[in-house]
Amino acid sequence: MADRFDLIVVGGGPGGYVSAIRAAQLGMNVAVVEAEHLGGICLNWGCIPTKALLRAAEIHHLLHRLDEFGLAADNIRFDLGKVVKRSRAVAKQLSDGVGYLLKKNKVTVIKGRGRLSAPGTVAVELDGKPAGELSAPHIILATGARARTLPAFEAGGDRVWTYREAMVPDAMPKSLLIVGSGAIGIEFASFYGQMGAEVTVVELLDQILPVEDAEIAAKAAKAFTSQGIKLLTGAEVSQVKKSKSGVTATVITKDGGQEITVDRMISAVGITGNVENLGTEDAGVTIDRGHITIDEWGATGAAGLYAIGDVAGPPWLAHKASHEGVVVVERLHGLADTHPLDTSSIPGCTYSTPQIASVGMTEAAAKAAGHELDIGRFPYVGNGKAIALGESDGLIKTIFDKRTGELLGAHMVGAEVTELIQGYVVAKTHETTRESLANTIFAHPTLSEAMHESVLDALGQALHI
Amino acid sequence: MVISVTMPALSPTMTEGKVALWHKAVGDAVAPGDLLAEIETDKAIMEIEAVDEGTLGKILVAEGTKEVPVNSVIAMILENGEGQDALELLALEQAPPSPMPEPTKVTAPTSPLPVAYSPVAETPALSAPPSASPPGGRIVASPLARRMAKDAGVNLSTIQGSGPGGRIIKRDVEGLSATAPVSAAAPAAFLERSVVEILHSGVRKIVAKRLTESWQTIPHIFLNIECELDALLETRSRLNERADGAYKISINDFIIRAAAFALAKVPALNVRWTDTAMQQLSSIDIAVAVAMDDGLITPIIREADQKGLAEISVEMKDLGTRGREGKLMPEEYQGGSFTISNLGMFGIKSFGAIINPPQVAIMAVGAGQKHAVVRDGALIIATVMACTLSCDHRAVDGAVGATFLKAFKGFIEEPLTMML
Repeated sequence: MADRFDLIVVGGGPGGYVSAIRAAQLGMNVAVVEAEHLGGICLNWGCIPTKALLRAAEIHHLLHRLDEFGLAADNIRFDLGKVVKRSRAVAKQLSDGVGYLLKKNKVTVIKGRGRLSAPGTVAVELDGKPAGELSAPHIILATGARARTLPAFEAGGDRVWTYREAMVPDAMPKSLLIVGSGAIGIEFASFYGQMGAEVTVVELLDQILPVEDAEIAAKAAKAFTSQGIKLLTGAEVSQVKKSKSGVTATVITKDGGQEITVDRMISAVGITGNVENLGTEDAGVTIDRGHITIDEWGATGAAGLYAIGDVAGPPWLAHKASHEGVVVVERLHGLADTHPLDTSSIPGCTYSTPQIASVGMTEAAAKAAGHELDIGRFPYVGNGKAIALGESDGLIKTIFDKRTGELLGAHMVGAEVTELIQGYVVAKTHETTRESLANTIFAHPTLSEAMHESVLDALGQALHI
Repeated sequence: MVISVTMPALSPTMTEGKVALWHKAVGDAVAPGDLLAEIETDKAIMEIEAVDEGTLGKILVAEGTKEVPVNSVIAMILENGEGQDALELLALEQAPPSPMPEPTKVTAPTSPLPVAYSPVAETPALSAPPSASPPGGRIVASPLARRMAKDAGVNLSTIQGSGPGGRIIKRDVEGLSATAPVSAAAPAAFLERSVVEILHSGVRKIVAKRLTESWQTIPHIFLNIECELDALLETRSRLNERADGAYKISINDFIIRAAAFALAKVPALNVRWTDTAMQQLSSIDIAVAVAMDDGLITPIIREADQKGLAEISVEMKDLGTRGREGKLMPEEYQGGSFTISNLGMFGIKSFGAIINPPQVAIMAVGAGQKHAVVRDGALIIATVMACTLSCDHRAVDGAVGATFLKAFKGFIEEPLTMML
């Protein structure tokens, strides 16, 4: 006899566990089925542990700039084992925290792999053996995603790393080739670059950080290049040969082919949903290019079956997964004031040095959508706080519809922009116009003043430039 | 002053309730938020909380009292510093028990007891957007919506907001102009208090889409015929007597076979309609509508004209059971050539059904009922079943449909001919 719940969530990542807590708050009896670790990839092998690594790299980088600030230190070294250990400890602390939160909310956590065995029924398998059956009128699939691999080379193992191996290095590679320049590739480039490795990034498209605004990506590229990171855009890895000591990759660019020999390689070429062995084949669920197709309310088309987060398609962001989960649950509960996730207001952040953050349309996308634009730009060099911090390299770009003054997009590169972006996200979500942003008081001295100035610049009223 | 505690209306339809339990006794101090009592309705047990501070002065309705009308006073709370004499004064004033002028001294419970989870729609008072803003009231609108409304020359007070808390946002204003009538306001203004939204299931969505499409694009014609069942019933009971449990043939099994035989005789009806061509089918695959908990499924008896009654019966039973449980494979319910929908078991006399394209016909079968029938100039009693054939008039002329029904009637009324 299957254990009955009001809601079963398959997957305990940021989409799954947040859905479960929200549902429990609303009075539902909830089960979360998790195969590996609460908090999912984000918390255990993604967002969080990389932030711990990048913090170490940032401090290490600053130590090499001490002289600028009138400070001195000798014999600057690092213990990679300790850096990694701290990163793992941070991940563990938060994963344990998720377990505590679920317990506090009386969510039943079931260890194992969940699979739809019939409509409204999830069979759990643990270590390859059946471990019980659960049933509920509503099931949310939140199984996440994993690294995509290219046919040209197999990733995984000690030569060609995926994000997993790259997060727990035994030794610092002297040279590193990173394939893919999305947020994951660039963050690893920044970490290993700042820790002293010779880093080359290969990107198939013509710009690094392909989803970001071209102007911001170009500015970031300039900063990375000045740090010694080599960027090859419009380039493709056609062949990879592993040797005893390293890897030799054949990289094709428009200028022809070249062989690059490195100690290690990281494959960061995107993500594919964990759609296999979920039992969706019989349920009438559509799988499109590795992801479950859903409507704006997360419905899969099969009765009572929902999907959220990475498994339901891009953008592959934890905060998108969590938000989708809350929407599904509140809608199920019948809350009157529930709205589908507004895809135009999902922020995206890359925690390299410099950081990159954005929300909404790029300039190219806004033009393609037929908007006539007012664009504001403000460089960090005009901002007092940035200069005082020694972080005067940065740019804030805001894009408005000329006619209505609607904030269509905001794009930033520079120190702490990942924390600043939320100001624009709140503004955008609440449909603030250029004028109402201009009328907002920004504290002095802060980096956020540059956000204000960028808006003023769109009105032709920038004060400090 | 003395504060009356009244029987709350826990739902819009509630008229009376039972005081299941008092959490406080006379003389107990009461603070806002304290649990006072539990009220039981036929649907749920709810807690009521105090809103005012004081002392529970009197309990007027004892624990376990049923059928206490909504708004009648069930207890009285004395404000701090008041004595029992205040109660007596009040009792005099209110000699006949009547609804209190201020019946809302008890908060509606925040949530049902955690006995069982049930989804709720919040009442409009709590969260639903107000209708068009009251004159002089503050209009909640985003700066962008204000700007766009101003540009369009639209008065914001005439617009219904769809944002959080009824805020007027971009999409509410988009496309409006001063001259265009504002139509968005009306429907949401009358949100029913008791509405619980049940999301469409996948099956429900598909059923809705296909039926709408069929009804809107296919010119249906309906042909009626009545068949006498007495000979069939006789044959059926004789066959079933010999079954020894191996099968139990139903009237519907006969209907499936008769329809298959009639289609064999009238191949012009065993076709599929596409925009460019008529597809003549060689196999006769009869789909039979089966009701599910939510929706409908049409499992198919393939090559029904090649199958005996027992075989049809056993197959139909299996398909029906699995169909109701939603366990059919797509190939078991997709691609039939003709559909039978039988509501006879509900006592429905006759009805018309909607065609399931690309099929061109569906037969709606009513109940076999005893009727007075004139035969050879004499009045006799016969069991009569009405059938209505819906045809796609683009593909099927009336005469083709009529020929089919005539053949069908022949097989039903002389079931032996089906044995040939």
